[in-house]
Amino acid sequence: MDITLPILILAIPITMFLILGIGGVKMSHKMAGILGILGMGTTATLAYIVAFTYFFSGDANFIIDGVRQQYQVFDVTWLAFTERLVVNLGFLLDPISAMMLVVITTISFMVHLYSWGYMEGEPGFQRYYAFLSLFTFSMLGLVVATNIFQMYIFWELVGVSSYLLIGFFYKLPSAVSASKKAFIVTRFADLGFLIGILVLSFYSDTFNFMQLTANPGGVLQSFGGATFMGASALTWAMVLIFTGGMGKSAMMPLHIWLPDAMEGPTPVSALIHAATMVVAGVYLVARMFPLYCVVDASLTFVTVVGAITAFYAAVVACTQIDIKRVLAFSTISQIAFMMVSLGCAYDLPVEGVHYSGLGYMAGMFHLFTHAMFKALLFLGAGALIHAVHSNNYTEMGGLRKYMPITHWTFLIGCLAIAGIFPFAGFFSKDEMIAAMFSRHWFWGAWMTMVAGLTAFYMFRLYYMIFWWEENPHYKEHKPHDAPWQMSLPLLFLAAVSCVAGFIPFGEFVTFDGVPYHIHIEGSVAATSLTVAIAAIALATVMYRKKNDLPTRVKNMCPGLWTAAHHRFYWDELYMFITHKIIFNIICKSIAWFDRHVIDATMDAFAKITQKTSYAIRGMQSGEIQTYVIWYFAGAVVLAAITWLCLI
Amino acid sequence: MDYSQFGSMIPELIVLGIFMLVFLFDTFSNESGKRILTPLTTILFGLGTVAIWLLPASGEEVFGGMYINDTATNAIKAILNIGVFIVFLQSAKWVESDEVAIRKGEFYELILVTLFGMYLMVSARHFLLFVIGLESASLPLAALVAFNKRHYESHEAAIKYIMTAVFSSAILLVGLSFVYAFSGGSLYFSDIALFIGQGEMSGLLIVALAFVIAGIGFKLSLVPFHLWTADVYQGAPTAITSYLSVISKGAAAFAFFVIFVQCFGAVYSAAWEWMMYAVIIATITVGNLFAIRQKNMKRFMAFSSISQAGYIMLAVMAASGLSLASMIFYIFVYIVSNLGAFAVISTIEENTGKVGMDDYNGLHKTNPWLSFAMTLAMFSLAGIPPFAGFFSKILIFTSVTASNSWALYMLVLIALINTIISLYYYLLVVKAMWISSEEPKIGAFKTATCQRAGLWLCVAGIVFFGLVSGIYQYCYDAVQNSLGFLTFFNL
Repeated sequence: MDITLPILILAIPITMFLILGIGGVKMSHKMAGILGILGMGTTATLAYIVAFTYFFSGDANFIIDGVRQQYQVFDVTWLAFTERLVVNLGFLLDPISAMMLVVITTISFMVHLYSWGYMEGEPGFQRYYAFLSLFTFSMLGLVVATNIFQMYIFWELVGVSSYLLIGFFYKLPSAVSASKKAFIVTRFADLGFLIGILVLSFYSDTFNFMQLTANPGGVLQSFGGATFMGASALTWAMVLIFTGGMGKSAMMPLHIWLPDAMEGPTPVSALIHAATMVVAGVYLVARMFPLYCVVDASLTFVTVVGAITAFYAAVVACTQIDIKRVLAFSTISQIAFMMVSLGCAYDLPVEGVHYSGLGYMAGMFHLFTHAMFKALLFLGAGALIHAVHSNNYTEMGGLRKYMPITHWTFLIGCLAIAGIFPFAGFFSKDEMIAAMFSRHWFWGAWMTMVAGLTAFYMFRLYYMIFWWEENPHYKEHKPHDAPWQMSLPLLFLAAVSCVAGFIPFGEFVTFDGVPYHIHIEGSVAATSLTVAIAAIALATVMYRKKNDLPTRVKNMCPGLWTAAHHRFYWDELYMFITHKIIFNIICKSIAWFDRHVIDATMDAFAKITQKTSYAIRGMQSGEIQTYVIWYFAGAVVLAAITWLCLI
Repeated sequence: MDYSQFGSMIPELIVLGIFMLVFLFDTFSNESGKRILTPLTTILFGLGTVAIWLLPASGEEVFGGMYINDTATNAIKAILNIGVFIVFLQSAKWVESDEVAIRKGEFYELILVTLFGMYLMVSARHFLLFVIGLESASLPLAALVAFNKRHYESHEAAIKYIMTAVFSSAILLVGLSFVYAFSGGSLYFSDIALFIGQGEMSGLLIVALAFVIAGIGFKLSLVPFHLWTADVYQGAPTAITSYLSVISKGAAAFAFFVIFVQCFGAVYSAAWEWMMYAVIIATITVGNLFAIRQKNMKRFMAFSSISQAGYIMLAVMAASGLSLASMIFYIFVYIVSNLGAFAVISTIEENTGKVGMDDYNGLHKTNPWLSFAMTLAMFSLAGIPPFAGFFSKILIFTSVTASNSWALYMLVLIALINTIISLYYYLLVVKAMWISSEEPKIGAFKTATCQRAGLWLCVAGIVFFGLVSGIYQYCYDAVQNSLGFLTFFNL
């Protein structure tokens, strides 16, 4: 494949970032918006061409005997620190990176278009578009990375752009602290990621994904049975790398930043904190999947973390009032779903199971469909906030009459995420749960329950917004549908959410490149559909019309409800650890040391210098006689001392 | 005698030619002709500088090996010439002022004569020629220091200068006469180099070397031979101070290197290593300690230049081709940085008569460009990246540590600590100009075109010399290709 297109895919967004970032001040809002949208549109077109070529051209680089291949379009040496430590930059094409190219550019383009309406008239409009371009560049660089170090670099870059965008309204203290929180938590997780990378490459002697994943057994051997604290070094490496993924993908206990990240502009939440960046952790696990397979413990770790997070986030989502926070917890829960699905895949064929790598395919499938319908839901939420000027559904209710487009598209999103046939979520979720059952009945049952919770809280949200009871404020301030720039992405994404499930995803993306024909498992589908419909029915009974049933349910177990409403006090726990323990005990002693030892030494140094300076000033008397005496004495003393010492 | 040997003294002939032209023109032209003396000299000198840069060094020893013109000496001469050219640009307005306009011809003539003497110092490979060069570079300078003859500070400075100069010449000659005793009856560097390491180490030789260090150390203002520096720098006209502080020092440093490495190299560890070690530490430290307290900008620059001379002398300690190249580069960078600072000082002095550091408070409000140039010069002198001074310091440190000795590591460490102290007082100037909230004492004024041109040259040098590696490469190649050092360093 020609390298022009791949380079352009990366070059256009970064150029847009530079143009809008540097020259944006001089541009009008309209100009900056059009430039950003055009740039993103071009990138999306090119990405489609590249993905299409990869999947359909039949080129021998891409597919051999029906097996899809990994292909490095280019891979150049970038930083050659030493013989061993060489960092390359490149462009890797394989099923998941091609799929991600499509997802990222599509959502990013929709968000660019949507923001034109949503952010209209905001100060710093150009800066906003510049940051969006920076984010898109970083995310694209992340998914096409040929080696784990390149991925790490772009991984940090998406972290930075996420930080910049969450704190976009930098005059709001809450936005500033949320952006800091997001950056610090993910950066903290990335420390583990970096250590994992170093451990892995130290033994395996390479950063390159193709070399690492082509022969995972060889990598395991290169570790030579090294162990640390009872676990093998490779397990540690993989778990540490997964820590980075836990940070970015907001897995427990590093999930605390994502709900706060909702302080950013809503389109940003749709792009970064729902569809693309937060699935980077899932992508990371998928990218290194063969290595996770050879150490079963690390894969189990992924599964357990995912299962706990999915349930926890779903429970919390049932009690939140801020619609963006409901969606944020829903995102956490759905990403955890993908993690469990990946964790339940394994590469050894097992008898009676039609496809052992099913979980991998299903996880990726869900990543794809989730990106579409979750972006739709967030953009819908943005339209609602735009109309009502509040994030809380207590300020909404009965909006279906006022905002029909938003209502119908939001409903499609809810049906998709709840897993109702024939919407996109049904297909991917069905495959995932089938994969979990094939691993162990417990995971299947557990996640089916989470799927039920998902359907319940989504429809609770839906009814609270669009049904329940009309807010009296509408009489003074009538809400209406958003302008076309915002409605168009909603309609497009809704359409995609309706049909995406029928994409024969297994033909394109599988664990080993061998196409897999998706067929719906009757029993699993029936179970999960039944659960979902039951949950929706429950939500309908409780929330369709204003009644006191929700309050009565709440009062049945007030402790649980309050705890869930406060997200089970995770933030308070972190606050306690950071403020009370770290700040008070560790930081204070370090500060004392800094002030009384380091500073004091420096002060003493300065004081001595000054004192000496005054002490020797007599030398410079101004009298020529003194000068000459000093001169002669200097020469003689110099000679005398050297004479004494050397001879 | 073969008179064609004069043909290889191209740089000297050029300077001598310009001197003769200026001298004759100054003597025989009428009043109106004298008006073009300044531009004429500056332009002639500029052309001469270009010629020295471009003309290849003959690379041969002439006059029986007394004199050599190779790529290294040619490089240092070309660099000194650029410095003098900048001094001419900066002083062009001052020499036209009422007080000195009547004898501006003398200014140029004396400078050219001293420059000629410095050329001889640099190229000499025989102590007789070296002493002639040194003297002709020293004595006319006393007249230049006294150039403001209506100011008693100028007289005082000249008296102090001439007294110390004479004294130091005497010490130097005593030292050289001792050296003669060990040289097998020759004053050629090459002969001395052969004989000096032979036989028992004697106390007399150590005394001789100490006196030679003292003699040349006077020109370089090494501690404790530096005491004249502050008074002379303060009293002399600023143009002369800047000339003294860079050109004179650069030539002496190069000559010092040649004499001690090429001529006395054989007794490096036996005799002079520890003497220079002590002198360098004293120079850098004492220069810094005095600079901290100075309130007069010219005096401040005097102590700063003492400390800088210590850094230049570090190259002698490494005594390698690499360190000579770093020294030439350091001198070049030091010339542009120091002249940049002096350009600002002299411009302000001429326009407002103010030289106190306190007078600079809030300067950026009235003279932002001068403040900017001064800041760059201070950053470069302190060695802050990415300005040229950072690279010159790091290269000289690298060349010293390349010799892999713990004593030299310690020396570099002490030099580094002193860099921190120097940062303090250089930043005092920057702080006064930019951060001090006082009302500016110096009003806005327009800088003369020639001064501005000189300042721009310095700023360009400060910004680009470090980043354009070609300059260092030029110095390195000059040393590599030089005949005189080929044999010594086994390059």
